[in-house]
Amino acid sequence: MSDLTFKTATELSTLLASGALSSVDIANACLDRAEATEPSVAAFNSLDKAHVLAQANASDKRRKDGKALGPLDGVPVALKDVIAEKNQPLTASSKMLANFVSPYDAHVTGLLKGQGAVLTGRCNLDEFAMGSSTENSGFAPSKNPWDTACVPGGSSGGSAACVAAGQVPISLGSDTGGSIRQPAAFCGVVGVKPTYGLVSRYGLIAFASSLDQIGPFARTVEDSALLLDAIMGHDNRDSTSLKVEPPKCLEAVKTSAGKKFRVGVPKEYFIDGLDPEIMTAVRGAIDWYAAQGCEIVEVSLPTTELAVPVYYILAPAEASSNLSRYDGIRYGHRAKEFKDAIDLYFQSRAEGFGPEVKRRIILGTYALSSGYYDAFYLKAQKVRTLIRKDFENAFAQCDFLLTPTTPSPAFKFGEKTEDPLSMYLNDIFTINVNLAGLPGLSLPCGLSSSGLPLGMQLIGPAFGEGTLLAAAHQYEQAHDWVKLHPSL
Amino acid sequence: MVLPVGCKVFGLFLSMAETDLDIDYVARLARLALSDEEKQTYARQLNQIIGHMDKLNAVDTEGVEPTAHAFPLVNVLDADEPREPLPIADVLRNAPESRDNQIVVPKVVEDA
Repeated sequence: MSDLTFKTATELSTLLASGALSSVDIANACLDRAEATEPSVAAFNSLDKAHVLAQANASDKRRKDGKALGPLDGVPVALKDVIAEKNQPLTASSKMLANFVSPYDAHVTGLLKGQGAVLTGRCNLDEFAMGSSTENSGFAPSKNPWDTACVPGGSSGGSAACVAAGQVPISLGSDTGGSIRQPAAFCGVVGVKPTYGLVSRYGLIAFASSLDQIGPFARTVEDSALLLDAIMGHDNRDSTSLKVEPPKCLEAVKTSAGKKFRVGVPKEYFIDGLDPEIMTAVRGAIDWYAAQGCEIVEVSLPTTELAVPVYYILAPAEASSNLSRYDGIRYGHRAKEFKDAIDLYFQSRAEGFGPEVKRRIILGTYALSSGYYDAFYLKAQKVRTLIRKDFENAFAQCDFLLTPTTPSPAFKFGEKTEDPLSMYLNDIFTINVNLAGLPGLSLPCGLSSSGLPLGMQLIGPAFGEGTLLAAAHQYEQAHDWVKLHPSL
Repeated sequence: MVLPVGCKVFGLFLSMAETDLDIDYVARLARLALSDEEKQTYARQLNQIIGHMDKLNAVDTEGVEPTAHAFPLVNVLDADEPREPLPIADVLRNAPESRDNQIVVPKVVEDA
């Protein structure tokens, strides 16, 4: 560990601007930290040292020439291995894409390169972003830096773990049903799932296109705002990219002092079975907002319990369609032995996909098949409308909702692998947010008696990122959770 | 094991009746070869999961419009202008087998 290990992106940016530090210094500190901690954390699928140092050198040269590109120039950012980076591996942690090298940059990757960020490593995930623990990775699971016997959460487990372990200051993940917020909660970092459509999905490997959204991981709210500002904006290569002026996230953080909010507390999120320590921590946060003069409003989201069945119809249905492209023909794994051209599809997919991906493809195919479409898919889409309306009603009474991020802290490896449904139920507090297209943020709010991070979730109305970040920053500044790091 | 919040829900589908999931038919639609063991495991797990979906049938959705996307989508039209495509070498780099700037596939047409 060096003096730079747990510096925030904002601090590093200041040190770079003042000339106190070079980007190569920072890159070397990150690479050293990764070398020391990767054997126990395993956050990365690949980390190309020469590539990292070349980018850092280029950044230092720009700065020397007076051509620095902005606050991210020279700052390391790790990418989840579903976000394309030209000439780097792009695997989705799947044997299907084990040897795939991306021929182009994702929109967000291009934006980060244009701002001088040093792209540092490809983060592990549950295969094709399907899972809540990285145990579904086709390669090997990542570990929780706070307790390596526990999962880091998922699917963006590597992106959360590398930030928590101090390997990089910030990273990007993707969130389809909680895949940023849940690992952020498990690893004690900040994670933001933006409003659907604010961040282009171009170059993001598709899981469920109507739900997927890229977002940041950071150790502070301010850093997450910095990274979010860098990646939002319209892109005509994603037909769901919204033509709106994105929220000004960093500005919202910097002007948050003294702001008062109406804090909504949905009663359906505080029920039997919620871990008592999480309950206490989130209740403590509600009391803290009240003590600051915020109005606390009890609200009701009656459709909360329908989220899991709706999500596990719609997401696998979209996935079964999206993943039909992996047929062993143009790219990806091709089976060596097959009877004919059609059998090549069957065998390549059987060999290339892992168990959870197959389970979801079958579930989604079933839900979309003739005779079941109305009963499952259409019904789920109608209930999705009711879920959206529940949130609309709630936001008529409050500025944001405050809830637990997960029902329990990080669980142990193997605890839920035999029972897919208990794994799915871990997403119970996060998936409604994706179904409604809303922004959600997970923020550390305590440590359990066994030393595991506890997370709370702020949910906002569409384009409410500024409110979420401002409120989260207020809480973070008044508490010491941000100063705690895992002892690796 | 201690189940999280969903435990109440969880109790429900253990008592669910078997669904009519035909695993062979669905796997064929999905172009997915499954071993006998996989078929058994998936059929059992998916029956449980699909049983859980039955909760939705109790919800009144009369007159409710379906949501495909959280926000209304409009067609996005681009000007019909030629652009530089990806270099062929970059694309074929990921092909399982290629020859003469083309991807090699098994024969799909029988000899006459």
